[in-house]
Amino acid sequence: MTPSIPGRSPLHRCPPGPKILALVAAGTALFALPRLDLALAVLGLTGWLYRLAGIPARLVLAQVRPLAWILAVLVLVQLALDGWQAGLLVAARLVALMLLAGLVTLTTRSSDLIEALQRGLAWLRPLGADPAKVGLAIALTLRFIPVLAAITAEVREAQRARGLERSLVALTVPVIVRMLKMSDDVAAAIDARSYDPDRAGD
Amino acid sequence: MIEIRHVGHAFGERAVLRDLTLDLTERRIAVVGGNGSGKSTFARLLNGLLVPTHGTVRVDGLDTRRDGKAVRRKVGFVFQNPDNQIVLPLVAEDLAFGLKNLGLPKDEIARRTDEALRRYDLLDLADHPAHLLSGGQKQLLALAGVLAMAPEVIVFDEPTTLLDLRNKRRIAQAIDGLSQRAIVVSHDLDFLAHFDRVLVFEDGRIVIDDRPSAALPAYVAMMS
Amino acid sequence: MSTRDIVFVALFAALTAALGLFPPVTLPVIGVPITAQSMGPMLAGAIAGARRGAAALALFVVLVCAGLPLMAGGRGGLGIVMGPGGGFVLMWPVAAFVIGFLYERGLETLTAWKEALILVLGGVVLTYAVGIPWIAAVARVDLAKAAIGSAWFLPGDAVKVVLVVLVARAVRRAYPTLRPR
Repeated sequence: MTPSIPGRSPLHRCPPGPKILALVAAGTALFALPRLDLALAVLGLTGWLYRLAGIPARLVLAQVRPLAWILAVLVLVQLALDGWQAGLLVAARLVALMLLAGLVTLTTRSSDLIEALQRGLAWLRPLGADPAKVGLAIALTLRFIPVLAAITAEVREAQRARGLERSLVALTVPVIVRMLKMSDDVAAAIDARSYDPDRAGD
Repeated sequence: MIEIRHVGHAFGERAVLRDLTLDLTERRIAVVGGNGSGKSTFARLLNGLLVPTHGTVRVDGLDTRRDGKAVRRKVGFVFQNPDNQIVLPLVAEDLAFGLKNLGLPKDEIARRTDEALRRYDLLDLADHPAHLLSGGQKQLLALAGVLAMAPEVIVFDEPTTLLDLRNKRRIAQAIDGLSQRAIVVSHDLDFLAHFDRVLVFEDGRIVIDDRPSAALPAYVAMMS
Repeated sequence: MSTRDIVFVALFAALTAALGLFPPVTLPVIGVPITAQSMGPMLAGAIAGARRGAAALALFVVLVCAGLPLMAGGRGGLGIVMGPGGGFVLMWPVAAFVIGFLYERGLETLTAWKEALILVLGGVVLTYAVGIPWIAAVARVDLAKAAIGSAWFLPGDAVKVVLVVLVARAVRRAYPTLRPR
């Protein structure tokens, strides 16, 4: 579940909060000031940060690959309409942002990131979001994904035996119904282990 | 001691338990009965997971209706499907979940977690995702998670039903080895043969309440 | 939120993630790959309701931002939200809320057509209303081009709306979860 790669660089040691803030700042700056030199400078800086973090080029490429076809279309459109500089700006800015975002992800353990998020969400308390509850919900989600995958595999097998494997409805309905029934047990199990939703966790 | 007085329970219009009055004091109590006989509902009443629609359930004098939290600290519960009971993704994390809810200090949590993991041979798997455990290991983890909270009584709702023969034995041994009192809902009659008391449920009532040597043969005769 | 509500929130966040595990289906003729994942907000709204559905999708988006590879194709990280498709993803919690709200409002009088209308409004109209300008802004193309590019996904969305109507109706009969507002 953790896409991060281990390391001891300053980037790895930096707590997640500042990294996220820096990313947001960079994103804002790039869009507020649409200048090619700035975009290229950020791109260069990002490359240097990747080297600092000791991340192999293979992984750098993997960050951008999902964007490849969108990028191609964008650059072609911009080239045709506004000339090569505009195309280059759009491409450089997008790649720089994706790489920076990927860098935060790669150099932070997801458990740290989740913990930071949980702390960062404390300001939501007046709106009714309790950080302790958010923490439990996050943990439960991570716990449920493999359980759901297992239920889906089971149901798919059962439906295949009935010749229904191509029907998405025949697959989804039993999975969701089982999941809802399970939720009663899970809630009971959490209560049985003395969980108190009204006492903010420590 | 668990005192049950004139307890009835209904889900909407459907009555599942009718006017039960009994005391549970024995060290090993078995609960048997057909599907839909009310035994799972009965089990859930014992630690306040369900509050009866009529009558009262008291654990050491505490009413499950008013003191649900205190009752749940005294009475642990192990469910049929460990997948529904394991709450957190990693083995050690899940074990610590109940302890954190009790508000115990960090070192005490670490000590009890370690002890429970060691007891059921899960120590090497502490940092493993729980979903990679075998069915038997998952049920042991569920039991360890309850045991770590040091309850006085543990209620088991069909703890071996989903397991293969070898894992059934492992769980049965683990239950036998408990120093706590245990109330076990089960279809596994061999396992219940050396219990102190057997309650046979049918249609929301207790129709047989006796030692296993008398109750189990009568139950088998009743079901055939 | 009660313990059961928290469990519901986690389940629908996990369900949205699990929908991303289905292999994308390529629509005949048009050739655009569609993933089942955008059914997540529709199902969450229609089955878990406004509050829990919105919380589930908000949680999902937060986890994706935290770098968990929960988006279709195993993608994750802040790049998803900052990228061209970010507007759609960020609208998912809102879509779940609106769908859930309208379902709860009309629970007594829901017909398949009404349900489809609600799902189109929340799951398509609303998300595109933010998603398209977002593409235009991030990718610096004009709105019309962003809209035309997005229109390729509409047939897929139509299929998903039909699927969700069928699933939500069947689930509601088997296991009712919503209360009328």
